[in-house]
Order: sequence, then C-alpha cells, then structure tokens
Amino acid sequence: MDGNTPVLALEGVSKSFGPVQALSDVDFEVRLGEVVALVGDNGAGKSTLVKTIAGIHSADEGRILFEGNEVRIAGPTDATDLGIATVYQDLALCDNLDVVENLFLGREEGTFALDETSMEKQTGDLLGRLAVTIVNMRSEVGTLSGGQRQQVAIARSLLGDPKVVVLDEPTAALGVRQTAMVLGVVKRLREEGHAVVVISHNLADIFEVADRIFVLRLGRKAGDFSADQSSQEEVVAAITGAEFGRAGDEAGGDR
Amino acid sequence: MSASGGGGAAAATADTDVEQPRFDLVRRFIQGDLAELRVVIVLAVIWAIFYSQEERFLSSVNLTNLVLQATAVGLVAIGVVLVLLLGEIDLSVGAVSGLCAAIMAVLVQQNGWSPYLGIAAGVLAGTAIGLFQGSVFTRFGIPSFVVTLAGLLAWPGAQLKVLGETGTINLTDPKIVGLTSTFYSDTVGWIFAFLAIGAFAGITLLGRQRRLREGLSAPPLGTLVLRIGLVAVVVLGAVWVLNDDRGLPLAVLILVGFVLIFFYITTRTTFGRHIFAVGGNSEAARRAGIKVNRVRVIVFMIASTMAAIGGIMAASRLLAVNQSSGSGDFLLLAIAAPVIAGTSLFGGRGSVWHALLGALVIQSISNGMDLLGYETAVKFMVTGAVLLAAVIIDAIARRQRQAAGRV
Repeated sequence: MDGNTPVLALEGVSKSFGPVQALSDVDFEVRLGEVVALVGDNGAGKSTLVKTIAGIHSADEGRILFEGNEVRIAGPTDATDLGIATVYQDLALCDNLDVVENLFLGREEGTFALDETSMEKQTGDLLGRLAVTIVNMRSEVGTLSGGQRQQVAIARSLLGDPKVVVLDEPTAALGVRQTAMVLGVVKRLREEGHAVVVISHNLADIFEVADRIFVLRLGRKAGDFSADQSSQEEVVAAITGAEFGRAGDEAGGDR
Repeated sequence: MSASGGGGAAAATADTDVEQPRFDLVRRFIQGDLAELRVVIVLAVIWAIFYSQEERFLSSVNLTNLVLQATAVGLVAIGVVLVLLLGEIDLSVGAVSGLCAAIMAVLVQQNGWSPYLGIAAGVLAGTAIGLFQGSVFTRFGIPSFVVTLAGLLAWPGAQLKVLGETGTINLTDPKIVGLTSTFYSDTVGWIFAFLAIGAFAGITLLGRQRRLREGLSAPPLGTLVLRIGLVAVVVLGAVWVLNDDRGLPLAVLILVGFVLIFFYITTRTTFGRHIFAVGGNSEAARRAGIKVNRVRVIVFMIASTMAAIGGIMAASRLLAVNQSSGSGDFLLLAIAAPVIAGTSLFGGRGSVWHALLGALVIQSISNGMDLLGYETAVKFMVTGAVLLAAVIIDAIARRQRQAAGRV
C-alpha cells in the first residue's frame, strides 16, 4: 500500500475482434493491497480485459502502465516477467501429480536431481501463509476437492512472487464452505500486499472480498463502485444498464 | 508411483474437506495405488501354481533361464513404459528391435566392425528411428498409434534388405554372444548384492534425515527398516538362487541397471517429472512452460533406443539374427508386460519397475507352460487372458478412483 500510484493501470484501452468491439476506451487500475472485482454480464468484455492484462491479447489502442511506467505486454511471459500472475478458470493442474509437483511444475528445482525437500518445504510455507487447508502435500491433486484445487492453483501463481494476481471465476462451481475457503485465500493475498483482480458473477462473494467493484457493460466501463459505499442493487443496475439512481458514468442510455 | 513419503500438515483446521485416511491400505490397493504389490502377489501365485505342478519350475537352473529369457522383453518394455506414461503407444518397438539387431549383425559379422562399434551403430539406428517417428508424430499431429503402425510395417522390410539373400546371420563374436552368456562368480554376485542393499539403505535413511532436518514429516524409522529389510531379502534371495546355478548373469545386471537409470530419470529429474505432467494433462504442462513436443520426441527416441538394446540382447541369446527377429509376439509382450504390472494405458501413471515385474510375469507363464509341455497355442491364450485380466483390473481401479472423487 505504498503511495497512490496504481501498480497496474490501463488507459483508454480498446480491443476489437473484426467487427466486434470487445473493449472501447476502458480505464482500469488496481493498487497494491487492494481487491478489485471485475463484473459484467456475459460478453461484457471481462475476459478480454483480463487477457489483455495477461498478455494473451494485445490492445489495439491505449496504454498499459506498470508501477507508473508504460509497458508493452506482447505475450504471457511478458506479463509473468512484470509480476502479473493469472489463474484461469480451468486451473490447468495435473491430476496425477501431487501438490508439490503441481506447484513447481515448469520451474522445478534441480534439473538432474530434483530437490524435493526444498520444494516441499517452500510449498508448506506458502500454503501455511495462505492458511490453505490441505492435509497432505504429497496427495495427488486429483484427490482434492474443488476448493482445494483452486487454492493450489492460486498458490502456484504466487511462486514467482507476483505483484498483481488475476483470478478468473475462482468460486464458480464451488459449494458454500469451499467458496469461503477460497475467499479466505483472496483476503490473505490482500493482507500480503498483492493487488488482486477477481472476475466473478457472484455478488455476495464480491461484496465479501472486494474493495472496489469495476463494472463492464458492452465493452465499456459502466461503473466503478467502492464496495462499502454501494449496494448490490446499484451494481446490478450498472451491469444490466437498468435505471437505478446513477447507472454508471458513461454507459447510461444506450438501451 | 512416486514414493508418497508423507505429508506435511499445512495448517489443518477443523474446516478441512474429506480427509484421506493415510494408511488405508485396502482402499489404496483397490484404487490401484499399490500396483507393485499387486503384481508381486500375481507373480507369487503363478510361481506357486507351476511349482505345484512341476517342482523343477523353482529350481535355480530354471529361474536363471527365466530371468535370461525375460531380459530382452524387459529392456524393450522400459521404453514402452515411458511412452505409456505420455498416454501414447509405440507399436514399432518389435520391428525396431529386429532391424537394429540386423544392422549390428551385418556390421560386425560381415563387415568386420568391432563389436563395440557395431552395437553402438545398432543402438544409434534405434535412436534415429525414434527421432524420426517422434518428429512425424509431433509435427503433423498424427496419432502415435498410426505413425508407429507405419513403422511396424516398414521396418521389417528394411530388416529384410539389411539381412540380404541369406536372411540369417549367425553371431559368433564373443563380445556380442557374451552379453547373455557371461556369468559372474559367487563373490562378485555377493559384492553386488551388498552394494545394492547398502546404497538403498543409505539413500533411504539419509533422505529421511534430510527431511527431518528441514522440519518436514518423515515416515517412522521402523517402516523404513522394514522396507530396507524386504529389499535385502529380495536381493540376497535372487543372488543366492543365481549363484546356486551359474552365477550372476551380465544380462541381469544390464536389465536392472537400465531399470535403475530410468527409475532415477523418471522420478528424480525435471525431465521425468515433465513426462508425467504431459501424460496427466498436456495442456496444463504446456501452460506451465514445458516444451511438450520436445518431451514427446525424446521419449519416442528413448523407446526406440531401448527397443534396439532389447533386440541386440535377444539376438545375443539366439546367437543369430534372422528374418523373424523382433516379429511375432515380441512387440505384444513388450507392451503387455508393463500393463500387466499396472502401468496405465491412459497415461500419467506407471513405473519403470513395471517393465521388469511384468516381463517376469509374462516369462513365468511362458516358461512354466513350456516346462509342463503345453503347446504354443495354449500359451498364447493364457498370456492373453492374463493381459485381459490385468487391463480389467486397471479399468476397475480407475473407476474406483473416479468414484472416490479422483480423476
């Protein structure tokens, strides 16, 4: 939480796929120690925005600033190198490998003599820090519950010590208790000073963890709410474009 | 199976999900986690059945012959295990073994090459074939089944060309023949046995100490001592039986040596970890930055190389290479062996030890039925039935895993 400079800021970002304008002139920013929820209806541009941050798509127009400096994110490795980690909805875990093996997949320690002890110790420290509830770090990931798998995926994204963590629908398809587990981890990320961007459809979850709620509608910013000064109805109105008090800054009146 | 040493409890709270009972042996057995134990039991049952019919089956002479017969299939099966771990298949290993043995035989017996160079040329020919097949498979995205099926058809043709008109080349070179007919003295056998046991004990106990020093959980000392004791009994028993006959065969050292090398590669190196990852979820592996296609090509190169080595050992034992070398049931036995022992056909699960254990199972059936005077027809049918049973067990284990919420 140092200063007021956002760790990541998008200015005037636009992106189109052929005739489809997925993002138009979007300003988005997130600060360290802040959880920003990214919401919007299907097709509102959430995924495109996240993929722009993660380097999967590059923006047609606009600037991306990282820690105040303009950067170019041309590919996923650029994003990773900057310190932006993204956890996609399908998690991309290997069910036949155990927790430690999954965490260090692709960045194992010791090419010709794996240092299992060191990797397991770091895994234990990391999971402990996140208060993750996994009994046996040597159990196969396929044996874990949905919430635990999500936690493993999040923990894996933290290994490179990123500044920004982007979570795509982390609580989709999870039960109540599992959701609580995952939200607990998100709160830990904020306490540790990470900037967190969460895509979600579930407003209850969002209001539980988010500091700010950023609404996209039809590729445009349709509202930027402070979570403790707004109601669910306001957010829903911004998502759908219905009239409820102020319906966002710019997107009002296009229905 | 990776050695599931134990778990460091990471902040266990009352709110945890389904906790796994850690020592639920029966459940793990049914779900196929203890495949090695299963195959050892199968082997014991087979041996007991044949012994009850014919006492000579468990004589030291016959057991020595049995392991010698198992070496060629076992060596080829090591490569097959790696391919199966990827979730792929290599149908060309039999054909490659025949072709590479033929190349070696022609170079040494007809062109006067030194045996070492001849063997190296045969082995490298295998590596090159693997590079070719693996590259076609990854470059064009053709299923490995089809690429290697083409190899299965094509390489025997090359083998006929290499062998020339006579169609048979007798091996007389003492070095090549010696690969399967060298036996070491009793003393050497015991030295190897104690070195092996000492090394295993050392690695196990030092590993435990290191874990404890780092504050990680470690299996209790008693369990490890028991494990070391079991290994010692098996190793000493094997050497005792072999010494009772002609002594420790070089061929067994070669087979066990390759198993140990590839056991290390698959379980203790980054490359081995990546093989399991690609077999488990190739998309996840790709996103983790693993060069998936490179892993695949290297594994196909290893498979063909091991096929060549197995072919050379088979030729050494037969004292000849002919037009039918590597044909017939050789391919199917090499694929059946690891599967019988518990390596999954679905990828991501298996162990190099399955090559050795499965080859012993298959060779025990074959050897025992020969001893009892059954005809080849019955032998084939029984081997087929055992393979089918093994695959059914694998499928049931898989279903049990899924029922228990595991994929």
